[in-house]
Amino acid sequence: MTDIRTDAPGRTHDAIPGAVTASPAATTTEAARPRRAARVNGSAIVMGLYLLFLMLPIYWLLNMSLKTNSEILSTFSLWPQNLTLANYETILTDASWYMGYVNSIIYVTLNTVISITVALPAAYAFSRYSFMGDKHLFFWLLTNRMAPPAVFALPFFQLYSSVGLFDTHIAVALAHTLFNVPLAVWILEGFMRGVPREIDETAYIDGYSFPRFFVRIFMPLIASGIGVAAFFCFMFSWVELLLSRTLTSVEAKPIAATMTRTVSASGLDWGVLAAAGVLTIVPGALVIYFVRNYIAKGFALGRV
Amino acid sequence: MNKTINQKAWFLVLPVLVLVAFSAVIPLMTVVNYSVQDTFGGNQFFWAGLEWFDELLHSERMWDALGRQLAFSAIILAIEVPLGIFVALNMPKKGFWASLCLVLMSLPLLIPWNVVGTIWQIFGRVDIGLLGHTLDKLGISYNYTQDFLAAWATVIVMDVWHWTSLVALLAYAGLQSIPDAYYQAAKIDQASRWKVFRYIELPKMQGVLMIAILLRFMDSFMIYTEPFVVTGGGPGNATTFLSIDLVKMALGQFDLGPAAAFSLMYFLVILLISWVFYTVMTNLDKRDGL
Amino acid sequence: MAKITLDNLAHSYMPNPRGEEDYALKELNHDWVDGEAYALLGASGCGKSTLLNIISGLLQPSQGRILFDDVDVTAQPTAARNIAQVFQFPVVYDTMTVRDNLAFPLRNRGADADYVARRVQQIAAMIGMEAELNRKARGLTADAKQKISLGRGMVREDVNALLFDEPLTVIDPHMKWELRTQLKSLHNQFGHTMIYVTHDQTEALTFADKVVVMHDGRVVQIGTPEELFETPQHTFVGYFIGSPGMNVMPARIEGDQAYVNGTSLPLGRGYGPLSGKVEIGIRPEYARLSDSEGLPVNIRRVEDVGRHQIVRADCFGHDLNIIVDEGAGIGADMTRVSFDPARINVYADDWRVEGQATGRAA
Repeated sequence: MTDIRTDAPGRTHDAIPGAVTASPAATTTEAARPRRAARVNGSAIVMGLYLLFLMLPIYWLLNMSLKTNSEILSTFSLWPQNLTLANYETILTDASWYMGYVNSIIYVTLNTVISITVALPAAYAFSRYSFMGDKHLFFWLLTNRMAPPAVFALPFFQLYSSVGLFDTHIAVALAHTLFNVPLAVWILEGFMRGVPREIDETAYIDGYSFPRFFVRIFMPLIASGIGVAAFFCFMFSWVELLLSRTLTSVEAKPIAATMTRTVSASGLDWGVLAAAGVLTIVPGALVIYFVRNYIAKGFALGRV
Repeated sequence: MNKTINQKAWFLVLPVLVLVAFSAVIPLMTVVNYSVQDTFGGNQFFWAGLEWFDELLHSERMWDALGRQLAFSAIILAIEVPLGIFVALNMPKKGFWASLCLVLMSLPLLIPWNVVGTIWQIFGRVDIGLLGHTLDKLGISYNYTQDFLAAWATVIVMDVWHWTSLVALLAYAGLQSIPDAYYQAAKIDQASRWKVFRYIELPKMQGVLMIAILLRFMDSFMIYTEPFVVTGGGPGNATTFLSIDLVKMALGQFDLGPAAAFSLMYFLVILLISWVFYTVMTNLDKRDGL
Repeated sequence: MAKITLDNLAHSYMPNPRGEEDYALKELNHDWVDGEAYALLGASGCGKSTLLNIISGLLQPSQGRILFDDVDVTAQPTAARNIAQVFQFPVVYDTMTVRDNLAFPLRNRGADADYVARRVQQIAAMIGMEAELNRKARGLTADAKQKISLGRGMVREDVNALLFDEPLTVIDPHMKWELRTQLKSLHNQFGHTMIYVTHDQTEALTFADKVVVMHDGRVVQIGTPEELFETPQHTFVGYFIGSPGMNVMPARIEGDQAYVNGTSLPLGRGYGPLSGKVEIGIRPEYARLSDSEGLPVNIRRVEDVGRHQIVRADCFGHDLNIIVDEGAGIGADMTRVSFDPARINVYADDWRVEGQATGRAA
């Protein structure tokens, strides 16, 4: 017992010889700053390297999109020697190119709206009530998020062809609900669980009907959850290619599929390919910019 | 939270049920239907029983693809989870730099998957890509379309590039939820950096890390587009993962019966592994709630 | 255990504080005597947690020094200061057992295993958790977790000071009393210097030898519970301590007489000329209802709180509380209130003015 008692104060005294004589302000700042700076620098180096790793391939794509094909193939340079916007011009003036973007944005928006609309009441039911088979239903919904699109590609093709929806935006939007609805239900349920039940009860006592309560009171409360769910629906629908390519041919062809065609047709048109790639990054970057303050919480799906 | 029993809640779930029935159950029935029949073209189908399943279980091609798939998922989980945690620990906590990191890190997650493939296809080429060119200049022979090792390395690095941020962002969200008092108490208790990580940060990240592992496992197990664009499954069958193999079989060769049987087995494997994860996760939740 | 000296200390959360109002903690000089139990009392946001975090080293002050036993520790990190701190919300290591939680600070400092085992057992007995020693801390109730935090704070015997930051917020009322008693007896037994932050006056007055009252980033009074009650140095102390708090009314002072709206009141002491905002303060306990003498009042409400009654009244538009003994009748003719002259405190610009014994006043 005594060994600690005598030992520790001694250490305390040893640690600060001379400190008493120094002026107080100087000791404070000098001792504190280098320590903090050193730690920040270590982290900054790690983050710097990681972000460099993330950005280099994207930069390279941007770099190539601003070069002519002959420059790409003849000289190897870290930045464009003859800066050109010709590749972008090609895409933005050719309907078969830019309609790809329009198509993608149409079905992604449709999908997001459908997914959130049907997921909201379901998530509410899961977060508030227990009913026959609720747990099984919830897990079964989640299993659809685990279904490989490759498994569904052919049956989807046949199903949507037989009901005459092949090559329409709504077909792709519906197909993407396969994985987006379960995800939206999951995320929204997490956020709704965080809203106390008393709010529901108070609203009913105040004479609100369920639909009015849901739209006027409940939805504003989970607005950030809806935003996060919409972000995820947008993200997964925007990046998916296999299903959207299988279910379209001309009218609703997504930009991603347009790109794959171009690669095989004129495999050497690297400049246009890179420009098209850069343009597909832009909508995602815009969405991220708008939700940047919710990203951290959003990625935890409301479960932190 | 105590939930009230209310069977009418089914009405609220109904829209989801109808939609998912249309987009999941009907197609799945089609798959089951194909898996037990044979066809000689046209619309003539014959009952084939479990023949396709039997054939599949004895098919070296399927087992090879499954082996490659498992190896791939294991490798990327082993890299992305620790790396993601490490990155999250080093991220700035707030302010401009935190926002910047969040935005830049999210960027790869929102790039269409075939564009991810294209980016790495270009980046790795010896003639026009920065990575390929640099490796070539350093005297390292690197060609992802010819060399087995280079193909795997490219696909793995690409996946790490694409998805580590997801793990990092989840882990970061977990870290952000730790109150300052924990770190202060640890300072007072003279805990080492390692102990702070082991006893404060890791336990608090447990929940989100399970989500991260589950998502990364599922998505890596279904990976199709990115390796397809970069390597096309080659060289040989070196990077032919389950989805690539399946699409080849179903849409390329139109072997509907075997493809359908393959699909079902594939789905079952994912379900099984995910169910294990899910059970572990909910058990952890229960333990927390005690 | 150590004497803690605050020398010229001040803190602002702004990088370039301009005026005094930018400081969360205004300039402060004080000695915390070795082995005493202090309570740091004040409303939320008054700077008491800031002060505590500066003492524990979690916060670097913007100016001034902190000395432990006359040794400057301002630049030392928390770990080197050898203090223990218990936080408002329970901080426990969820994945460890209760035993490992309690042993953690000792093991980190390399204490030997025998000693750790003995000491942990002792502390577990003190906080009443011997039965749960081998349980995981995860899943325990909030007050069990907070007991572990308290135990972890007390486990080291050699600490320079024990700091408590509103540690009983999450504890059940009956456990609060029990734990506070244990802390007190622990203090008597080991004689640690203890600083206990709270916004609850009962907690402060029952726990501490000396109470430090803070208001708006400033220490307004340091004293024993009795001093705070009898002679509040600042109107805030009068108002904050006591239930209900001290009555404060604007007045004019001339020698040993106070005039409230023209009505004169005798004072126990004499005062010279005062400038600024002049007020008198009187505890409800020292006010008496009568039918003839003193200031006129309107009784608005009478609250019976058991041991006594609180009369809520109105005097020249100011709220006035009077405590009347349980059972004493309050008649309709009770329209006046008189004060015990010796208990009236005089304030100029909120600070108490010391008077001179009567007779010698001008």
